Amino acid sequence: MEFREHVLPNGLEVVAECDAQARSSALGFFVKTGARDETDEVSGVSHFLEHMVFKGTAKRTADEVNRRFDELGAHYNAFTSEEKTVYYAAVLPEYQRPALELLSDILRPALRQDDFDTEKKVIIEEIRMYADQPPYGADDHVRAVHFGRHPLGRSVLGTVDSISALRVEAMREYFERRYSPRNIALVAAGKIDFDDLVRGAEEYCGRWQPFDAPREVRPAAANSAFECLYKETSAQEYCLQIANGPSATDDDRFAAKLLATVVGDDSGSRLYWELIDTGLAEHATLGHYDYLGTGLYMTYLCCDPEFAATNLQRVSDIYRRVERDSINAAELDQAKNKINSRVVLSSERPRGRLFNLGANWTHRREYRSVRDDLDAVEAVTLEQISAVLKKYPLTRGTTVAIGPVAELPAPK
Amino acid sequence: MPDSPILSHAFPNGLVLIAEPMESVESVAFTIRVPAGTALEPSDRGGLSAMTCELLLRGAGPRDNRAFVNDLDNLGVERGESVSDAHVVLRGATLAKNLGPALEIYADVLRRPRLPGEQLEPCRLTALQELAAVEDEPGHKVMLELRRRHFPDPWGRPSQGEQAALEAISLPEIQEFYSQLYRPNGTILGVAGKFDWPRLKEQVGELLADWPMLDEPPIDERPPTEARAHLHHESNQTQIGIAYPSVPYRDPDYYVASAAVGVLGDGMSSRLFTEVREKRGLCYSVYASHATLLDRGSVLCYAGTSADRAQETLDVTLRELARLGDGIEAAELDRLKARIKSSLIMQQESSSARSALLTRDWYYLGRVRTLDEVERIVDELSADRINRYLAAHRPDDFTIVTLGPKPLEVPVGVS
Repeated sequence: MEFREHVLPNGLEVVAECDAQARSSALGFFVKTGARDETDEVSGVSHFLEHMVFKGTAKRTADEVNRRFDELGAHYNAFTSEEKTVYYAAVLPEYQRPALELLSDILRPALRQDDFDTEKKVIIEEIRMYADQPPYGADDHVRAVHFGRHPLGRSVLGTVDSISALRVEAMREYFERRYSPRNIALVAAGKIDFDDLVRGAEEYCGRWQPFDAPREVRPAAANSAFECLYKETSAQEYCLQIANGPSATDDDRFAAKLLATVVGDDSGSRLYWELIDTGLAEHATLGHYDYLGTGLYMTYLCCDPEFAATNLQRVSDIYRRVERDSINAAELDQAKNKINSRVVLSSERPRGRLFNLGANWTHRREYRSVRDDLDAVEAVTLEQISAVLKKYPLTRGTTVAIGPVAELPAPK
Repeated sequence: MPDSPILSHAFPNGLVLIAEPMESVESVAFTIRVPAGTALEPSDRGGLSAMTCELLLRGAGPRDNRAFVNDLDNLGVERGESVSDAHVVLRGATLAKNLGPALEIYADVLRRPRLPGEQLEPCRLTALQELAAVEDEPGHKVMLELRRRHFPDPWGRPSQGEQAALEAISLPEIQEFYSQLYRPNGTILGVAGKFDWPRLKEQVGELLADWPMLDEPPIDERPPTEARAHLHHESNQTQIGIAYPSVPYRDPDYYVASAAVGVLGDGMSSRLFTEVREKRGLCYSVYASHATLLDRGSVLCYAGTSADRAQETLDVTLRELARLGDGIEAAELDRLKARIKSSLIMQQESSSARSALLTRDWYYLGRVRTLDEVERIVDELSADRINRYLAAHRPDDFTIVTLGPKPLEVPVGVS
């Protein structure tokens, strides 16, 4: 296992964890752009653009892009989040170069008007699909309420209205503003010929024109609110809760992940014993997510509408108890064991390593081996957990519920 | 790279242990298939299989509910369970050194479950909520309803069961279901990853070789009743599920039939994706896949789209099914082969994926196809052979289920 890095003259960074034993190669372009870099007028453009990237280039039609990926036997896809857009492919090692050529080519999309019009329909279908699946509506809303005007309060998908109103010129302008080689990292994991990767990047990406793509990064203020959205057709009640947590550049994030595992993992956690084991909820978890400038704890509760009010109270009681007494050594050890095993299992595939590598690099320009992550988790102490709890209280946050319950009382 | 040898051992009581060492991983994964799925439920007890499985995992041998979860969590066992028509499937994956203690716990689950009465009501609540949650996932629901109508009962039953049955299931019924169906004959244990074969074989023998056999219960099939159904649902989108008969996994034509389905609906250059999504923008999600029982197979297609565009989506999809009968092109097959081959190699990077496939192969074939063997079969596929097959087996005899605000019309001439 060897880490390699290289920067092209136009600023494009190439990083790879090369594993000579691996059977496949995973490659991805990590673009540091997402919903947080949008304005109201173009809400959803990052995600729509991610779709358009597959719709053809100067030399390929959309059909040719899809066919080429399949010819290479690639397992490929893309996703857009609040702060990054990632295009990736896993292929057999002999296809490393052609896969890089294809990914590089689509990163300079043609953005043709007729493709844009057709794909707009697909995006609207995607939004309508989610609209039929609760907790859709509550997920964007809880962020908007919690973060207020902070960029992390923006919706990734946008709305049917914002997408319908979007013009291809606005997307082109967004592309010209964000897809600078200085704002993109080419990340690779698995069986990688790094020298050839760099040669390929120079050949295919060397002419990309660089420019600055600044981003506003500031800590988010924690709003505190409780709202209930009525959705008659929903069978279950869904509650989402956001509280602030350590950011992606904060060393406290490891303690926060362990704490979230103890309190709200899907097995053996405090939420599990209180709500899942008892059958009171179908789903009850707490997770920690980190971004630049801020992080968050997200509570997700799904249950029979009849139990919603009492379940929310139980969650609140659990969080208050944790804040008062913290957690014990046995709980911490168990969480470490679980995370340890998960890190090892998810790292066995180059694809799994790719996302970890890309996140570390885009957040902190840092390489972390599997061992580094295991050691960081192992080193967390009970004192650090208590300190994180004091700094980022679980009970101070925003709750949005959606479902057939018209009104829910806020927990005491 | 040479194929890993597949190791297997059949114990005298019928239990089969099947294992595949993987050099490049530090983990080990296991999959246990027990022949106690939904097809074995009494017809008025839909959900009994899943509730039995749920209660089974709430304490076994020396461990109560809490110790059971705690010990597995401490061993870092990532686990899951699912219920299919034929089986209850228990899965786990962890670091290689923890395999022994994990198997010990699972042997208790199979042979010494406590089935604690005080846990029955929590299990029932869980089951009822899982059933309710399906209502909030229309795309999932339409495919469950499609399977239920397409396969002859008791095949195709959903694991979530029926509300009335879930409310009625009693502890004695669960105890009976367990004691009549959980047995070594018909159970398959698959292990893949890093392990020591002699030690594994010995341990499994110690844990399970004296598990007493039971008679295999008979299954009475009833033919499917309705080939067309619309379920009313107040939603933005209409969900469409289409099924038609194909061949089972063990059929010599399986890979031929399955390649045709791949051309139809697997991947972003497939026909359905190209015609329904890429050219017309009708859908976000559209696909076709091959489903199999022991002695027959089916093709299942899915599309979800706005209610006002659903008729067009159904029409285009049915047109593509008809066109498939006219044959495929060599270039389409070549792309599919490349995808299958890289999937075969990438499977080798996941102990969980391999352990599941070992048990699947054993159940459907009575043996495991090595990767070399599958690769050879795929290499030998030709467009000619697929087209001969398609000419003799044109997609036909459709089951069509829709779910949404209004029903759709099935064009005349489609059977």
